[in-house]
Amino acid sequence: MSRTTQFSQSVTVALSDIQLQTALDRGTTRGVNARIAAMVETTDADALRRQARLAREHALNHLPDLLEQLERNVIANGGHVLWARDAAELNQVILDLCQKHGVRCVTKGKSMVTEESELNHALEAHGIEVTESDLGEYIIQLAGETPSHIVFPMLHKTKEATAQLLHDKLGMPMTDRPEEMTRFVRGVMRRKYLEADMGISGVNFAIAETGTIATVENEGNNRLSTSAPRVHVAVMGVEKVIATWEDYAILVQLLARSATGQRLSVYNNLMSGPRRPDEPDGPEVFYLIIMDNGRSHILGSEYTESLACIRCGACLNACPVYQNIGGHAYGWVYPGPIGSIISPLLLGPTHAPELPYASSLCGACQAACPVEINIPDMLLKLRRDLVQAGDATLAWRAGMRLWRQAMLSPALYRSGGWLASLATQMLANAEGKIESLPPPLKAWTDSRDFPAFAKQPFRERLKQRRRSQARPGVSG
Amino acid sequence: MPKVALFVTCIVDMLFPEIGEATLDILERQGLTVEFPEAQTCCGQPAFNAGFHADARPVAEHFLDVFGAYDAIVTPSGSCASMVRHYYPELFKGCARFAEAEAIAAKTWELTQYLVDALGVTDPGTSLAKPTRAAIHDACHGYRGLGIARQPRALLANVGNLSLVEMAGHDQCCGFGGLFAIKMGEISAAMLNDKLAHIRAADCDIIITGDASCAMHMNGGLSRHRSTKRVVHVAEVLAGRV
Repeated sequence: MSRTTQFSQSVTVALSDIQLQTALDRGTTRGVNARIAAMVETTDADALRRQARLAREHALNHLPDLLEQLERNVIANGGHVLWARDAAELNQVILDLCQKHGVRCVTKGKSMVTEESELNHALEAHGIEVTESDLGEYIIQLAGETPSHIVFPMLHKTKEATAQLLHDKLGMPMTDRPEEMTRFVRGVMRRKYLEADMGISGVNFAIAETGTIATVENEGNNRLSTSAPRVHVAVMGVEKVIATWEDYAILVQLLARSATGQRLSVYNNLMSGPRRPDEPDGPEVFYLIIMDNGRSHILGSEYTESLACIRCGACLNACPVYQNIGGHAYGWVYPGPIGSIISPLLLGPTHAPELPYASSLCGACQAACPVEINIPDMLLKLRRDLVQAGDATLAWRAGMRLWRQAMLSPALYRSGGWLASLATQMLANAEGKIESLPPPLKAWTDSRDFPAFAKQPFRERLKQRRRSQARPGVSG
Repeated sequence: MPKVALFVTCIVDMLFPEIGEATLDILERQGLTVEFPEAQTCCGQPAFNAGFHADARPVAEHFLDVFGAYDAIVTPSGSCASMVRHYYPELFKGCARFAEAEAIAAKTWELTQYLVDALGVTDPGTSLAKPTRAAIHDACHGYRGLGIARQPRALLANVGNLSLVEMAGHDQCCGFGGLFAIKMGEISAAMLNDKLAHIRAADCDIIITGDASCAMHMNGGLSRHRSTKRVVHVAEVLAGRV
């Protein structure tokens, strides 16, 4: 099956899934409203976004130096740094660590990078038990699904469906109260932390100047995952490094405000290496794994700013396309507007070539982005790349050539307009509306009317207007 | 006296000539002599947005030929104005006519932007035939691309017999997006439905917007659903033609 049909089929299914539509409506509306409220209360939201953007730009402009500084400081703090060229290498590195430390049982905090590598499958294939510790991720894991949102992995699920799942899989007494579901899952999870030999976490920011790993969360699961098991493995993409604590101070609050509408997340974990001799808890060993997986190809290209993304998910909530089709239709780890850019860049332009076109270019994503990423312009560039690479169908290419000929010749333009007027006037009903057109215009008239072209174009009517204006005493 | 040209846009020329006439009414009421260069066609946006730069560029060059000599090019479309303002420099990057593209970008204006920001006019001097309640749809390219929000509101506030009401989702895309409406017809239709829900809920007789294409899209949905509400172009209101 071609990718094209895969995407359009996913869209059709998503649009007719009433439960999904309910969940999307609730989730994205809540996300948008929370972000706006949290941004409006800052004294100067645009200045804050500007600062955040500059912090990310600085990091990207000095990426190799900062990564080396980060590595030096993590090692100085008693940790280890490992590098992974791609997703397969990441999984292998982690499997090797599991073998080295005799790991049978892993708890894992939220991490998009490990979604890229489908780490859970790799570990399970080697007989290692993995439990997602983030509530949303845990429910997704139970359901055998993948996250549909960068921040709210189970945004596609209603609380009603979640209760049913917990009831079916774990025997939870039925309830419609999210608090009760959370309490129930917490009981299950607590035991896992004590059993686990290794805790795996993502990284929200890696602060180069001190070798400190920062994660943000609201449940405390990440803190338990990274401190209770004897081995802590933190996994990050190369772009996650930032220079200083000052940069962190700006970015961490913008992340919280943009992602969940909080001033700060409930837990802001800052980890600099394994437990010191005088400390009561923490892991015995700390590894930081830094993965490239295609990012260094983006660096320095016209798409560099896509690496500035701090994975807040604000563009997903704000996007009217995401609001309607949800995350799974995008077909890979990163959905929404930023996913339509990152996915083809990381996986290659032939992956879901329709993604750059799955946007009306309304710009709501850019307006919501805390680091001012110009998503619409990059979508346009990706479209240009696709056409240059010969991805467009013969019909589109022929159509465009015809259009160009008509637009370059005023005579052809006029006669084309005249023909369109003639044809559409014939097809129109008494109100001048066309209710049905053949493909490809059927895609329009399936759900809305199309107007007939005017009997006389503006340029003809203008001649009459000018004539009557030239004759004094005759009103126009 | 500045040499002002009307770029009427292909969609207004062929489908909604009355919007072009309204635009002329408004500009002529300001005492301007407005020329209509006959050779004008399209700004090139359909091909540019579809990724066909090689097809968009010659059409944009034609635009440079037709409009290059004017002091101001005024158009009743935020979308076409933003194409010229933002994307002509991009389209001509590294080309011989880059400087011309930058120059034309700086003197191409969306209608309400031209009236308020260039001419300093906020009173269009018109009144509607009967009391009318209207909500505004901030069309995306004008709103987020050119920052047009204050200008139409300033002008509309001075139109007699017109009262403006708030509409939830006033800045939410209607789902048109040019060829997007065909290429991604189902998603576009779902977005239109979201928009129509806001329009239905708004306590107004008409909806005013700055782009004929978005108006066409929303009206296509409204008439399909047998709604009596209609979307009109801001020029039609400012010219008192509603």
